[in-house]
Amino acid sequence: MRGDRIFGLVMIFAALGYLLSAAGIETSFLSDPIGPRVFPYIIGGVILVSAVAMLLQPDPDADWPRSATLAKLALTLALLILYAMSVRPLGFIVPTMIAAGVLSFQISPRPVPAALTGAGLGIGLFLVFKYALGLGLVALPRALMG
Amino acid sequence: MDILSNLALGFSIALTPTTLFLAIVGCFLGTIIGALPGLGPSNGVALMIPISFTLGLDAMSALVLLTAVYYGCMYGGRISSILLNIPGDEPAMMTTLDGYPMAKQGRAGDALAISAVASFVGAFLATVGLALMAPLLARVAYQFGPAEYFALYMLAFCTLGGLGSNNQAKAAMAAALGLALAMVGLDKTTGMPRFTFGNMHLFDGIDFLVAIVGLFAVAEVFFFIESHGKNSAIGVKLGKLTMPWKDLFAARWTMLRSTLVGFIAGVLPGAGASLGSFLAYAGEKAIAKDKDTFGKGNPRGVAAPEAGNNAAAGGALIPMLTLGVPGSGTTAVLLALLLTLNITPGPLLFTERPEIVWGLIASLFIANIVLLVMNIPMVRVFVYILSVPGYILLPGITMIAFVGIFSLTGSSFDMLMMVAFGVLGYVLRKLDIPTVPVILGILLGNHMEDSLRRAMVLSDGDWTYLFSSGISIGLWTAAVLGFVAPMFLRHFLKKPQTPAFATEHMADHIADKD
Repeated sequence: MRGDRIFGLVMIFAALGYLLSAAGIETSFLSDPIGPRVFPYIIGGVILVSAVAMLLQPDPDADWPRSATLAKLALTLALLILYAMSVRPLGFIVPTMIAAGVLSFQISPRPVPAALTGAGLGIGLFLVFKYALGLGLVALPRALMG
Repeated sequence: MDILSNLALGFSIALTPTTLFLAIVGCFLGTIIGALPGLGPSNGVALMIPISFTLGLDAMSALVLLTAVYYGCMYGGRISSILLNIPGDEPAMMTTLDGYPMAKQGRAGDALAISAVASFVGAFLATVGLALMAPLLARVAYQFGPAEYFALYMLAFCTLGGLGSNNQAKAAMAAALGLALAMVGLDKTTGMPRFTFGNMHLFDGIDFLVAIVGLFAVAEVFFFIESHGKNSAIGVKLGKLTMPWKDLFAARWTMLRSTLVGFIAGVLPGAGASLGSFLAYAGEKAIAKDKDTFGKGNPRGVAAPEAGNNAAAGGALIPMLTLGVPGSGTTAVLLALLLTLNITPGPLLFTERPEIVWGLIASLFIANIVLLVMNIPMVRVFVYILSVPGYILLPGITMIAFVGIFSLTGSSFDMLMMVAFGVLGYVLRKLDIPTVPVILGILLGNHMEDSLRRAMVLSDGDWTYLFSSGISIGLWTAAVLGFVAPMFLRHFLKKPQTPAFATEHMADHIADKD
């Protein structure tokens, strides 16, 4: 119930923002009969209507994770964001080892297998992707590689 | 004998050593991907696209590889259904009903062999059906103008959403969300930016591969962490392997009937392989004289859903190739592949690039035979791979997803966007909002808008033009029916409870993720 209502409410605001943004699309004198705004208007309208329907007729809630699991998920999210930002500057191997190791630890909290998984995946995937598949990955931080 | 000469052309392209090698690799990887719980066909194919693209494969080779993965997944899903009572992917859900009881009775080997043969029959006949029917449908599709295409896109969204969700508002929400995201970027007609908020990265629009890998693969990471990886496979046992000729012979009509049912379900836009296997199983059970043995390890209860889902997988390629409108999540991903390779599916594909169409069909036949050979004597290899623990598997898959997107675009922005789509996918699936229409919206949004605007140019802004031809009226009627009818039919289409899926998040969508 609550999940659907919150999502519906968020989407109502998102749809209004979308429609507002669509109204601001510049059009040129070369345009076709309906121009670049009409289709976004229709879509925004559909989102608005279905969001209102979700608000008025919510389904029963799914099992949302409890706070401990939620913290774990938040940690995973932070990890993935950090990984996405660090692969370019720091090269492939080190961030991958850390990210894979932490993910592994979150699934099965035993430090040694997790560390081995991280190290193995960091180096193994690099070798596979770089040499077997020929992708242009950089192994180590750019500063070190010159 | 047009078809035979076309097929000969196809085989002359597909039977080179390179493509044969790629077909074998694709079948192998596909079977593994299908067998691993939590890594379904759409996931698997989505993960493979960026990689095959950065490998610099030409269009034909990439198509052969990816369709082999696609068919391989459909074969692979049954392995974990039978051995673990956990469907390896959504369409294999029905196979748990009789497959696992057979395994418990010590007949795991028989169940695997029967399901492999049933998969082969279903997929092979569906590929024959594809070769026969696709050119016919392509000829009809020639008469489609922009108004008809617009109606066709509506039909795809309505049936996919209507059948795939339990709540019509949520289905509409999902489709509109995808379409809304497709609008981001420069408008093709006027060249004006839309919804980019001044961000240069967004001028080219949202890369659908980023969205697909995020919504499918990264979202799965969150689900896996949430479930503490309790679905990872441990302790798989397999007895001796012999061919159960008697059971196979007894199930011959079951396989043929289920193939037909599955094929039809596959051709319908939006229905997909899960519905195919469900209808095949339900139908077979309904006409069986020994109804009460279904669910307790009846070999025909294994043959029916497997023939059904593999036939549907072949059938689903028909609307994708002839009309450019995918009928399921995985064919949506295959459409993404074609678009990435600069191939636009549709009737013109059949006349302008017949080598692609017939090469693809020929490679499907090859993949089928490779899979049959691979899945009967070599099934032990896959069972062994199934026992890789989740704490190695999941980080591996996550990293592969990142490498794929990174090597495709080389930008941190796209990886961050992929993570954002992962969060979106998690929230949507938690709320029981199907994710496949979102993908379809992102994929088709610009085409859909384009056909609407071209129709309006033709009619000079007269909206009634959208309903002016017989074909478009038929499509609109089917669209409305496809969206509304499931509300009333839902009562009859209730799925039986499969044990592993009672707690599984994937259970809720019939057409999702297959």
